[in-house]
Order: sequence, then C-alpha cells, then structure tokens
Amino acid sequence: MLAYLAKRLGQLVVVGFIISILVFLLVHLLPGDPTVVILGPNDTAHNRALLLAQLGLNKPLYQQYWIWISHVFSGNLGESYVTHESVGHIIATGFPIDLELIIVSQVVAFAVAIPLALFTARRPNRPVDNVATTGTFGLLALPPFVIAPVFVAVFAVALKWFPATGYTSFTTDPATNIHDMILPGLALTAASIAVYYRLLRSDLISTLQEDFITMARSKGLSNRYIMMRHAFRPSTFSLMAAAGVNIGALLAGTFIVEYLFAMNGLGYSIVVAVQQRDYLVIQGIALVVAIAYVVLQFIVDFLFTVVDPRVTRE
Amino acid sequence: MPDDRELRSTGSGQTLPTDTFPGQAAVDEMVVMRQEPAPETDEALARRPLGLLFWLALGWVGLVVLLAVIANLLPLPNPNLQNYAAINVGPSLHHLLGTDDLGRDLLSRIIYGARVSLVVGFGAVGIGMAIGGTLGLISGFRGGKLDIVLNAASFVILAFPAIVAVIAIVAFWGQTLAKITIIIGVATIPVLFRVVRASSLAYANRDFVVAARTLGATSTRIVFKEILPNVIPVAVAFGLIAVAGVIVLEGSLAFLGLSVALPTPSWGNIISEGTSNGNLSTNPYILMWPALAMFLLLLSINLIGDRLRQRFDVREGLL
Repeated sequence: MLAYLAKRLGQLVVVGFIISILVFLLVHLLPGDPTVVILGPNDTAHNRALLLAQLGLNKPLYQQYWIWISHVFSGNLGESYVTHESVGHIIATGFPIDLELIIVSQVVAFAVAIPLALFTARRPNRPVDNVATTGTFGLLALPPFVIAPVFVAVFAVALKWFPATGYTSFTTDPATNIHDMILPGLALTAASIAVYYRLLRSDLISTLQEDFITMARSKGLSNRYIMMRHAFRPSTFSLMAAAGVNIGALLAGTFIVEYLFAMNGLGYSIVVAVQQRDYLVIQGIALVVAIAYVVLQFIVDFLFTVVDPRVTRE
Repeated sequence: MPDDRELRSTGSGQTLPTDTFPGQAAVDEMVVMRQEPAPETDEALARRPLGLLFWLALGWVGLVVLLAVIANLLPLPNPNLQNYAAINVGPSLHHLLGTDDLGRDLLSRIIYGARVSLVVGFGAVGIGMAIGGTLGLISGFRGGKLDIVLNAASFVILAFPAIVAVIAIVAFWGQTLAKITIIIGVATIPVLFRVVRASSLAYANRDFVVAARTLGATSTRIVFKEILPNVIPVAVAFGLIAVAGVIVLEGSLAFLGLSVALPTPSWGNIISEGTSNGNLSTNPYILMWPALAMFLLLLSINLIGDRLRQRFDVREGLL
C-alpha cells in the first residue's frame, strides 16, 4: 500500500510540475500588456519599457519561469502589480472562503443524496424512485448562475431571510458566518446532489442483485442492516470518484457565487486579476487551485485504498 | 465542465484484476460480478419507448433552435433598442415578456440571446468532437505508443481546472462569439477524446473487426466501416450532454461578464443584468425569464442525451 501511495505521490509531483509550466505559459503567451493597466493607456513607450524591466518581464520566458518557480518554492508568490498586496496574502484570505463554500455544499449534497439513494434503490422504478430520479434531472439543469440569483431574489430580496451579499469570517462571528453561507452553499449544492444520487443509486441497484446480498437476506438480516453494512461500501466507488472530479467542477460555481455575493474568495480575486492583467496574482491563484485539485485526486485515490485495499495490488 | 460525464472516466476502482488473489477467488468473483450492471434493467431501459418527456424535451430544443434561427424574420423589436418610454414594464401584448431597466424588449433579447448559447454549445462540442473525437477514434483503434501518450496527456490536461484557463484566455484574447466558441471547443477536447477512445477501444478487438482484418480490409476501411458506425451513437449521446455542460460554462462566463461583449444579449448576461442595479426588487422578470429558458433548455438536452444513452446501451463503467 505504501508503495502504491508513493507511486501516486510521484505522479502527483510530475503533474504539479507540468501544471506550473502550463499556468506560466497560459499567462505569458496570451496577448495583453500589464503596463497598460498599471500606467494607463497614454504613457510613453520609454516608461513602459522601464516598467517592464523593473517587473522582470523583458527577460526570456524560461528565466522568468525559473525566477517565479524558485520564489514559489521559497514560499514567495510575488505581489500584485496593481494593489501591491502579496499574492500569498490574497490566497490566504481567499482560500478559506472557497473551502468553506465547498464543504458546506458537499456536506449538504451527501446528506441529501446518500439517504435518498439508499431509500429508492431498494425498490427501483417505483413511483417514489421515479419522482426522485426525474427530480434530480431538474437539479442538474440548475447551474449556480441560474439558481443563485433566483435564491437571492426569493430568500434575500423578497423574504429577507438572508443577507444578499457579504461575508463574515468564521473566527470573527461563527453564527453570522454560517448564516451568510447558507444561500451560497445551497446554490452550489444542486448539481452535486443530482450527480451523487444518480451514481450511488445505480451502483446500489447493481450491488443489491449480488449473491452475498441474497445470502444476507436469507440469514434474516434486516433491510436497514443490509443496506448499511453490506451494500453501501461496495457501491461507493463511482461516488468517490465523482466527488473528486465534481469538487473541481464546483470551482466554476464558487466563482459565480463569490461574484454574486461579493465574497473575497479566490474565484472573485482571479476574475478581477484577469481583467487587470495582474500576472502574478493569476499565476499564483491558478497554481494553488490546480495543485489543490490534484491533491484532492490523490486523497480520493487514498480513500479507494481504504474502501477496497485490492486497488493497491495492481 | 460541471456535469457527470467526465466523472466516469475516473472510475479506476472498477477495473480490479481478478486473478491476483487465488485464495479469495470466490469472494472476488462475487465482488467483481456486482460491477456488471444488472442485465434486465439495462435491456428494459433500452426497450422502453422514448416517452412523452423525451418528445417534449425535443420539442423545446427544436423551438429554441427555430426561434434563434429565424429571429431576424420575427416581428420583434431590435434587442438592443432602448425605449425609455417603456422601462421595466411587465408582460403585455406589446412586450410579451416585458422590458428591462433600459426599456429593451425581453422576448427579443432572449431569442437573440439563445443564438449565443446554441452557437457556443453546439459549435464548441463540434470542434471538440472533430479534434478530440478523431484522435480518440484513432488512438483507441491503433493502441500502442500513440495511445499511451495521448491518454497520459488527456489526464494531465483534465487535472487542470478548465474554468481557470478559459476565463484567462477569454479575457486576454477577446470576447467575440467565434473566439469563445473556439476556446471552449478546445477545452472540451480531452473529455471527448476520452469518451470516444474508450468506445473505440471496446470495439477494436471485437470479432467482426478481427474478421474484417482477416479478409484483408485496410485500417482506414475498418475505422470508417466497422468502428465508426458503432462509436457514433455513443458520441452523439455524450456529445449532447457535453453541449449542456458547455452551455453552462458559457452562461457562467457571461454571468461574470466574460462572454460576448455587451450589449449583445446572451442568457447568462441577461441573468447577470437581472441581479444588478436593484433589478431583483424592481423588476424580477429580467432574471426570471432567461433563468426559466435556461433551466428548460438544459433539462431538455440532458433528458434527450440520457435517453439516447440508455437506448444505445452505453455502459457508464466503460469509460
């Protein structure tokens, strides 16, 4: 198992390295001049060249990459060209917001999808199952940019149950923080519920037709016990793989939600940075997001080995 | 792309070797057997008639496409015409869905906005399918080094969150319909490659392919005459679900102000407009209509794609 995890970790390092190059090239090969944003469009060519040299942007690309990546390894992601805020600080303030949004939405998604699937998979194609399965199609058709504004319109503007914008950090005021998180968290959760429910339901239906389930039934074990102890664990592979990829897909949703609710998360920061050609901020955030995503895949792989140790013996 | 299609590609837990644990053969057999979907269920699904919902969904997609195509011929006001005499009016005979806070006709904006969603949705998947699908078809059939390299590349690219790259490229390169379609199209290549490759791989060693080769058929002939016809249904079903995913991505970009430049309407930017300037309290129609249209379109495309997938008996575990 350790050898397997070491191999996966090695792959992770390689992928992380490739991603750092992709992120760097992405930002530097695209058209757009950061000096236009910093100096304004009417400054002289001489001043522009001076600033480029000052920022180190006149060096060959491979040198720039080397300077950047060696600073990254010493923990320095640089600073914003525009606000001079350190990129590390932007990420340190933004990341917890994304993390909390994702945790809230995923906890809700699992809390709804798992019991629902356990309930409907026992008797597939009955009315309850059909309603739930068709209903989840509806949830799939509600991306955050559709459902989040509708939530704000109904629950914040019309009913005034929740604030329409704003974010209070958990450490400042836990109660307000959770209250602020409910609408954005729920807006993110819709599609996840649908994906998790559908995958778990179809895997459970397959599992329930196995001999060992028949065996358990013939021993007279209760349905509840069979579902929880026999059927659930071998049915969670697709669910875990889905969760790993889905959390990556959620990023797009967190961008929308942060933008709509004016929360200072990574998504909000990168949209602003892109508009301002703020190279180091874009690079830093993209790198952190991509690495976090890869690490997450690693965690999912690790969970596979916990649920089914045979995975490691390929 | 926020849909469940690409998730299946990572179902690595599904391909467990069965011959490595001789002592546990019986146990393994049971555990491995469960990974075969129940045959009755699948066949029943495939034989089930397409159903009323399917035709309703097809009808809605057809209507949206038709209106978007003939928008110029319809008796609609210019979608960007600001009529200050009719600001924020509710639905009426004159403005069927009402007007927005600049006095623009919402029905007209939504019909013209549908063009953006449809062109980007189908155009991007078309580009992704033309490149990723072709590569996948060849890679799955040929195997060997080409397959190993392309497969590894698709994994690395998929490890990168597409939304970040797409946002950056759109913002730097330009916010025109053609550019956005190309950028998102390129972003869909790895996913569509994986889908088509898996399907092509599954057919590459089937008896009828071996038979054709024995009869002396060229590789080109085998790919086009034997494999492609079997891969197309899968590609169409997943392609449709990808279209829904791309429409969501475009809508998200539009919401962030990073899709087609204003004032060109798109459903995402009308929704965004509906949430700004206090429109949520003064005129919720601006948000409601495009949100409803988007919901129905995504629901319809997903339903059609899912029914086709069942009809063609595409195994999710295959990917």
